[in-house]
This record gives sequence, structure tokens and C-alpha cells, in this order.
Amino acid sequence: MSTQTAPWIILFAPLVSAALILLLGKFSKTLSASLAILAALTGCVLSWWLFNQSVDAKMLSHTWLSLGPELNLTIGISLDHLSQVMLLVVTSISVLVFIYSLGYMRDEEGYSRFFAGLSLFLFSMLGIVLANNFMMLFIFWELVGVSSYILIGHYYSKDSAADAGKQAFIVNRIGDFGLMLGILLLWFGTGTVIFAELIESIPGLATAPIFLTIACILIFMGTIGKSAQMPLHVWLPNSMEGPTPVSSLLHAATMVAAGVYMLARIFPILHAVPTACEIIAWVGGITCFAAALMATQQSDIKRILAYSTISQLGYMVLGIGVAPTSDVAMFHLFTHACFKCLLFLAAGSVMIAMHHEVDMWQMGGLRKKTPVTMLCFFAGMLALAGCPSTSGYFSKDLIIEWAVVKIPFLGWLVAAAAGLTAFYIFREFLVVFFGKARSEHAEHAKEQPVTMLIPMLVLSVLALLAGFPFIQDHFFKLARPDHELVPHLLHPLLYVMFFGGAGLATMLYFKAQKDPISIPLFANRLYIDNVYFWFVRNIQGGGAAFLSWADRWVVDLLVVQVPSKLTWACGFALRFLQLGNIQAYAFFFGAGVVGILYILIFK
Amino acid sequence: MPTLAHYLIVSGLLFAIGLGGVLLRRNILIIFMGLELMLNAANLSLVAFSRFNLLNDGMPNYNAQVLVFFIITVAAAEVAVGLAIIVALFRAKQTTHVEDLNTLKF
Repeated sequence: MSTQTAPWIILFAPLVSAALILLLGKFSKTLSASLAILAALTGCVLSWWLFNQSVDAKMLSHTWLSLGPELNLTIGISLDHLSQVMLLVVTSISVLVFIYSLGYMRDEEGYSRFFAGLSLFLFSMLGIVLANNFMMLFIFWELVGVSSYILIGHYYSKDSAADAGKQAFIVNRIGDFGLMLGILLLWFGTGTVIFAELIESIPGLATAPIFLTIACILIFMGTIGKSAQMPLHVWLPNSMEGPTPVSSLLHAATMVAAGVYMLARIFPILHAVPTACEIIAWVGGITCFAAALMATQQSDIKRILAYSTISQLGYMVLGIGVAPTSDVAMFHLFTHACFKCLLFLAAGSVMIAMHHEVDMWQMGGLRKKTPVTMLCFFAGMLALAGCPSTSGYFSKDLIIEWAVVKIPFLGWLVAAAAGLTAFYIFREFLVVFFGKARSEHAEHAKEQPVTMLIPMLVLSVLALLAGFPFIQDHFFKLARPDHELVPHLLHPLLYVMFFGGAGLATMLYFKAQKDPISIPLFANRLYIDNVYFWFVRNIQGGGAAFLSWADRWVVDLLVVQVPSKLTWACGFALRFLQLGNIQAYAFFFGAGVVGILYILIFK
Repeated sequence: MPTLAHYLIVSGLLFAIGLGGVLLRRNILIIFMGLELMLNAANLSLVAFSRFNLLNDGMPNYNAQVLVFFIITVAAAEVAVGLAIIVALFRAKQTTHVEDLNTLKF
């Protein structure tokens, strides 16, 4: 085993397992689950081993497609600190989620298909992490889209799940279109798609700042789609139709993290373009605040977490835009992966206990029935809300500090979003686990098997401790803004935000039987979905109606029907010459010959 | 001394008689005879052309006469096939009158 071969094994183990599961899965459910877990575990162990190796920067790469001297598409691996850390996050979270799925999916249909999908998903994500060039990244980027489609639409016989899968795929396609254009623009400018060479050749492009800005923003469109930033965030809450382990994986380690990871990968390029950074920061900050607002009025336990993910991704994107190193955003990605994965697993555990009920107003009083789940959720909640000394506190505060220093308005906006975060997550926690049972199922809820609880407990520990310097120093080289520059008000304010949000939620929801406040604007997600719906139905639908009209009347009628009917009519007219009289035919023939001779000779 | 024009006029008359027979007579056997007549009109004009367009060495152009033999041979074969068809037709329909043979029409 060398550092050259290990990444390839990490990358292809899940693909092999996915193929084997599809071939052999119908014989044994246990076999498919163990194959998937084995592949993830291999990846995880090798990733940790690799992390402790000093890696040679020059990695093996194969030319995959040679399109003349201008463009060689290579499949190559880049193994640097960034990808090593990301490998750890992705594989470790995947192992935990796979193990959890053993328990979660135990009574579900499509068990083998599900594990094959998970493996494929992991393979795609690892491809993004390990890619050393944009083309490879793009291929795996699309593979992530496909596998997310498969997994979100897992219960394909349910209309809403099938639609959610389609929506995720189509909305991502819009962003991917921009990404593709951005990649082509960069290639056009520099003649290479390999990250290392791109970064080297950026100073040469400094003379064309507008070109570079456009390229960066187009590439950022990919992130907007994949990492669910405004205005392409609508697919993420709907992706909750998939099984909960999928949501967990999707939101923690794979898929949505890919967008942020890609930005981190091309961080030096972005930071050569201040305008692009500023736009990225604004998109991230606004997404962060708006999604937190939407989360405050949802009642589906998974959807609250989905909006929370969008909001947290907003922090990460903001971090990319304002911080001087990509590690700041990656640190939040790392802690977020721990606590958001945990929250989803806990929510899944609640859902199983509630027989797949997701409306939290049907729950209540679950703290006695599912104490372990409650504790795990509590740990994840503290980290998400940024309770001092939990992981979320460290990473989020760092981003807010940088934002306040660089773009003060955005800084204060996301500081307010931190308060909203504490509010909405405490609201969910209190309504689900406290108060009285509000339905039959809630009264008879039971705690889940140990395969589901162990991953949750492991993640709880991580969610609480991962932010402390003695852990995160191994993974990140963080840069803090100058103490002089950070307003003294900020840290007290963040404490106030946390305790204020939590306190307000406790006051309102501790014993509430139904929601005491109702803000339709937030409950309807700022009406953004309605705008899209209106747009698709009227504008796009209008265009489609016009095209359908053109197809029906221009193509079908004018191009197809008219010539065919004309030919038929000629044939019909000529049919009357078929008299059945042989001498008439001879006469026509003779007259024809005479006519032709007359024309040939006398004209 | 008859000239080429006389032969061609006779040939044209023969052809016209044949064509008239084909177009006007109703008995299929007579129509068939008309066809033969037209073929022989063509033969006559070919022989006449051969006879009156001598080559440079004073010999007639035998190409036309060879063609006449071909036509006679083909006409003989055609008569054999055509009469066989007419006999078969008569057996099937009990008539040789073309106005009774008008099934193939719109």
C-alpha cells in the first residue's frame, strides 16, 4: 500500500460495492448492507491512514481523453491538506450513516437498491473530493446529481418523492449550466483545467479582471445549485421526501458540501477577484438570514432541519467570500457535518418511533419515550445554535467575525441569523420532546435499536467537542481577524443572540399545544416557491404552449399534412383515368407519344 | 421507279391501319392483328431505309436488316405468348370482346 494507490482504492471501493450490490443484492439483504458498509469502512480507514502520511504532491494521473494538444482530459487525484480533511469528513460520516441505515431501513422496501444508491452517492462525492481538474470534478458533480435523484426518489411510487427527485435534478441543472460555462471560460483564458496549473496561471489573467470575474461567478452558479443557495435553494427542503439517512448524508457530507468544497478548491482564484468574492459573500449572507427566517415557521421536523442546512451553508459560502483562507469555511463545513448529520439521524429516529409522522405538532412528550434520541438531538441542537463551547460556536463565530470585519452589514445580518437559529431549533426540540403527547403514535413511541443509537452517540460527542482547539488544530490552520478590528460588542451580542433565541423559544413553545404565532410570509418560505410555480406555469408554460401550437399547426399541418393530402388529392383525381378500357389506354398512350414528338420536333 | 418516300408512305399507311385497328376494333384477336401490322410497318420502313441509304462502297446498310430479323423473331415469340394469353382469357371469361374485360378500373 502506498500513498499512490490508497486514494484510488478509496475512490473505487464504493463503486465496486454498488455494482456488486446490484448483482447480488437480491439474494440477501444482509449481504448488500455489509458490502456497502465494508466499502465505506475501507475508505474511512484508508483516509485516516492517508491523513497521517506525508503525501507526495505529485500524484498519478491518467489521460482519459485527448482532444488535440489544446485539451487533455485527465482522471487524476489531488491529495493535499484540503482533500485529506474532506476525505475524513465524507468517509467517516458515511460509515456512521450507513450503519444507522441498517436500523432505519430494516422494514423498508428497496433495501438493496437503497444501499447501492448510497454507495454510488459516496463514490460520486469522493470523486469530487479527489479530482485534480475541473472536468473530472464536473463529471462527478453530475454523478452526485444522478445519485441524489435516485436516492431522493427512493419511494418512487409516491408522487411527491418522484417529483422531489426530479426537482432536485432540474434545479441543479440550472446551476451546473453556469458551472460548465465557467469551466470553459477559465479553460479558454488559461488553456488548462487542472487546478494546480489554473492557480499558477491566474496572475497572467489579472489584466482581464472582468473576464475573470464573469468566469468566477459562473462557477459560483454551480455552488448556488449544489449547495442550495438563494435563489436555487428550493430543491433542498423538498429533497426531504427521501429516506432520512439520505437527507442526513446529503446535508452533512455529500452533495451540499460539494459546492463549498469546490469553492475552497479554487480559493486562490476567487481571491484574485474581489468583486466575485463580494458577490459570493452577499449571496451567502442573504441565504443564511432568509433561510433562518423560513425555518422559524415550518412544522415538518425534517424541513426545519433542511432550512437550517441552507442557512448554515450560507455561513460557509459567506466564509469563503470574506475569510482570507478557505479553512474558515471548511472548519464550519466540518463541524456542521457532525451536528447536522446528528440532528437528521435523531429526527429519523423520531420518525421511525412515530411511524413516519413528520408533523411535529403530532408529537410531544417524547423525552420519556426516547431518552437517548432526545439527548443526542439536544447535543446537536446546542452545536447548531452555537451554544458557547460547542463545535458550532467556534466555527460560526469565526465566520461572523470575519464578516463583520469585511462587510459589516452582512456581519450583523448573519449575527441576527444566529439568534434565529437558536430560536427555530429550540422550538423544534421543545415541541417534539416536551409538552404532552399530541397523538396516538406519540403516546406509544419506542426507543430505537442500538445500530441507530451508536452512530448518533458518536456524532454527539463530535458535535460537542469537535470545535475545541485541541481537536481542530490537527485539521485546520485557522486565521482570526485582528482583535482591534472586531467590534467589542460582537461577542456579547452573540451570547445574547443564543440565550435570547433559546429563551424566547422556551417561553413560547414549552407547553404550547399548537403554534402560538403564525407568520404566513415565513411559513410560505417568503413565497419564493410560489414565484417559481407562477413562473413555470405562466412564463415557461406559455412558451411550452406556443411551441406545442407551433408543433401542431406548423410542423404537423403545414410540413406533414399538407403535402401528404396534396399527393393524395392528385392521386384521387388521376384515378378517374383508370377506365378499364384497354383501347382508351392505348389512345392515351398514342396521344402522349404524339404530344411528346410534337414538343420535341416543333417547339 | 418507286422512291424512299413511296415506301415510307406505304409504311405509314400500314402503321395507321394497325393503330386504327388497335384503337377501334373490339375483338381482342383483331386488336392483336393490328399490333402485328404496326410491327410490319416498322419493318418495311427499316428495309426501305436500308435499301435507299447506301454506304460509301455502294453496299446497303445491313444493320437495319439485322434489326428487322430481330423484330420478326421477337414478334413470333410475342404472338405465341399473346395468343396463349388470349386463349387463357377466353377460357376464363368466355369472350374475346374487350368491352366485357373491364374489371381493372377505379
